[in-house]
Amino acid sequence: MKIFETFERIRQMIKKEFIQTLRDPHTRWLLFGPALIQMVVFGYAATMEIKHVSLAVLDQDNTQESRELISHFSASRYFHIAKYATRRDELRTGIDRGDFLLAVEIDSGFAQRLRDGEGATVQVIVDSSNSNTALVALGYLSQVGANFAQTYQIDRMQRIAPQLVSFVPRVDLEARPWFNEGLLSEWYFVPGVLGNLMLILIMNLTAFAVVREREIGTLEQVMVTPIRRWEFILGKTVPFFLIGCFDATMLTLVGTLWFGVPLRGHIAVLAIGVMVFLLAALGLGLLLSTLAATQQQAMITAFFFTMPMTSLSGFGTPISSMPPFFQKLSYFNPLRHVVLILRSIFLKGVGLDVLWPDMLLMAGFAIFMLSVSVLRFRKSIE
Amino acid sequence: MSWTRIVAMTRKEVLQIGRDPRSLLIILVIPLVQLFIFGYAVNLDVKHVPLCIYDRDGTQASQDFLKHFQATDYFNIVRVSDSYSDVVRNIDHGVCSVAVVVPSQFAEDLHSSGQASVQAILDASDSNSATIGMGYAQAIVQSYSSEIQVAWQEERGLGAGAPNITFEPRTWFNEDLESMADLVPGVVAMVMAVVGAFLTSLTIAREWERGTMEQLISTPVGKLEIQIGKLFPYFVIGIADTAICSGTAVLWFGVPFRGSWVVLFGCSMLFLLVVLSLGYFISVTAKSQLGACQMALLATFLPTFLLSGFIFPIDQMPVVVQWITAVLPARYYVSILRNVFLKGTEVRLLAGDIMALAAIAVVLVVLATRSFKKRLA
Repeated sequence: MKIFETFERIRQMIKKEFIQTLRDPHTRWLLFGPALIQMVVFGYAATMEIKHVSLAVLDQDNTQESRELISHFSASRYFHIAKYATRRDELRTGIDRGDFLLAVEIDSGFAQRLRDGEGATVQVIVDSSNSNTALVALGYLSQVGANFAQTYQIDRMQRIAPQLVSFVPRVDLEARPWFNEGLLSEWYFVPGVLGNLMLILIMNLTAFAVVREREIGTLEQVMVTPIRRWEFILGKTVPFFLIGCFDATMLTLVGTLWFGVPLRGHIAVLAIGVMVFLLAALGLGLLLSTLAATQQQAMITAFFFTMPMTSLSGFGTPISSMPPFFQKLSYFNPLRHVVLILRSIFLKGVGLDVLWPDMLLMAGFAIFMLSVSVLRFRKSIE
Repeated sequence: MSWTRIVAMTRKEVLQIGRDPRSLLIILVIPLVQLFIFGYAVNLDVKHVPLCIYDRDGTQASQDFLKHFQATDYFNIVRVSDSYSDVVRNIDHGVCSVAVVVPSQFAEDLHSSGQASVQAILDASDSNSATIGMGYAQAIVQSYSSEIQVAWQEERGLGAGAPNITFEPRTWFNEDLESMADLVPGVVAMVMAVVGAFLTSLTIAREWERGTMEQLISTPVGKLEIQIGKLFPYFVIGIADTAICSGTAVLWFGVPFRGSWVVLFGCSMLFLLVVLSLGYFISVTAKSQLGACQMALLATFLPTFLLSGFIFPIDQMPVVVQWITAVLPARYYVSILRNVFLKGTEVRLLAGDIMALAAIAVVLVVLATRSFKKRLA
């Protein structure tokens, strides 16, 4: 009988919460709209790939060799020549104005030094006000250089010892990108965005739901009803858990159907991963609600936590290039685990046999967060 | 318009902010936390890529070849595999993100036909690191290739060295290619957008939600006075955040500052005006704090993070997305900041960006002022 009453009270609480959340169209939209928009914008805008670098050339040598080098640039799919400069200061002003990213200056004597077998140097100015782009552009540059040297070498051999050309030793690299054969950024970002959006949405919703009652004063009214505290907590969290599951399904569909990200793993493993993570996010949200008296406080505190969590999750930048201390610290970040889990399930198609350590750590975090916040929460409403 | 009423309104708002010192503290600390994360933890350069090697040949030549991967700090050899299935397992488990496999005929192929190829398997579930890792591997293979070519030629007396061309890059504006230096402008913009729009988006919504708006409406204070009085304290906080951010970046992290402080603060004020008005507009329309907060997140934080060119270069985005960025204030602000910090560009060259920002500011201020109605329901 008691169990039945408990069940009934929780049911009523959940019902109230659903009515409150879904009542006005504005809030209803907020549950799904922003997540959807963010997913789409992210899918299209977030690309670290540098597909084309604009370039200016100044050829002061004007020989067959220098023109050959320039044609290597125009043939490369990474570069497009924005300007054939005739004077040096054109390069400078162009870089200053941001007309092109790279300026290549071939000095006179370039061909002569090549013929003499000395290494020829080519001056390059790089606009590095975006260091990542600059680094990638420099990488492309050295590829073009190596390519040119290779061609030049073969040409030279052809002239001096044609019978030996086919014996010149040479090693090629055969690169095989696994899991994302086309090296598409969408495939890389979509699973990570899913994790991030879930965290922000569920954590904020949970925190706000409790804090709002406190701020408006309805929390006291709930507390004078026969409902027990843990029933209240359960009633508050279950709706958001369900909303989280719904949103995760929606975002997964957008990711797979719209952006064409493959779901290679088992859908059940995906569901487990997402649900465990949702529990962790709920725990964080509840904890926040015990830390904040007003919604403004809740929001600022949430922001304070989410920014570092996102930055250190390996979502946009690889964890292996972080300093060792932060790599260790990131083990305590549930977002790190879920990003890895999602990426592995979507792209690698691995199962629990590979992912169990991350799942366990995430589950541990969820249990810890939930118990701490429930304990604190009980105190804060007494 | 009465000066006294504006001051009174501001005083009320300052008191309210002052009642919650923790939030104020967090607001002032957030930029520092962000800077420290970008300064010490997050690195856009890909280095120490975990590498697994599998030498099926086991000859002197293959050993020599693999030594080249040991010598760079681009790669970090974490595993030496002895079977192909071990390679697969390591990639699957994420132990390594690149695996280099030397085929069993490597030395013989090189000797007999001159041609040999090695395989690099990349975990491309992180497509960015995979692309960069592939570039590194290619460079290493190429340098090995040209080394053995030179040796081969010299053996046969075919002459003079390798026809190497080296590029001598001079990196302008950010000489050490520190990702920190070009991220700072983005961090400043992000923090300002958040402080400006988030905080203000709540102020009006909160009054509606708590019912104090009715009290405010019954007073003689005019709507323009409410707007100015409410926004002014946040304006000051925003300026303080700009100062904290830029000061720390320059003094602690040694980010160069080549432009003028006047331009920096002038443009920051303009940008603040934009985000404050946006936040105000949102809070007037949303009427609930949750709604206001979500809308503000969507309207400011996200575009600033994604579409401003802060991390992801605008010119690489699809054309339609590039058009959208044209109406984003953050885009112009980030561009101005980058110029002011790293390039020290003259104001003349920044005129376009400044004008665009000013135009957006005018539109938003008008929009915010007109949206607020001193009426119930």
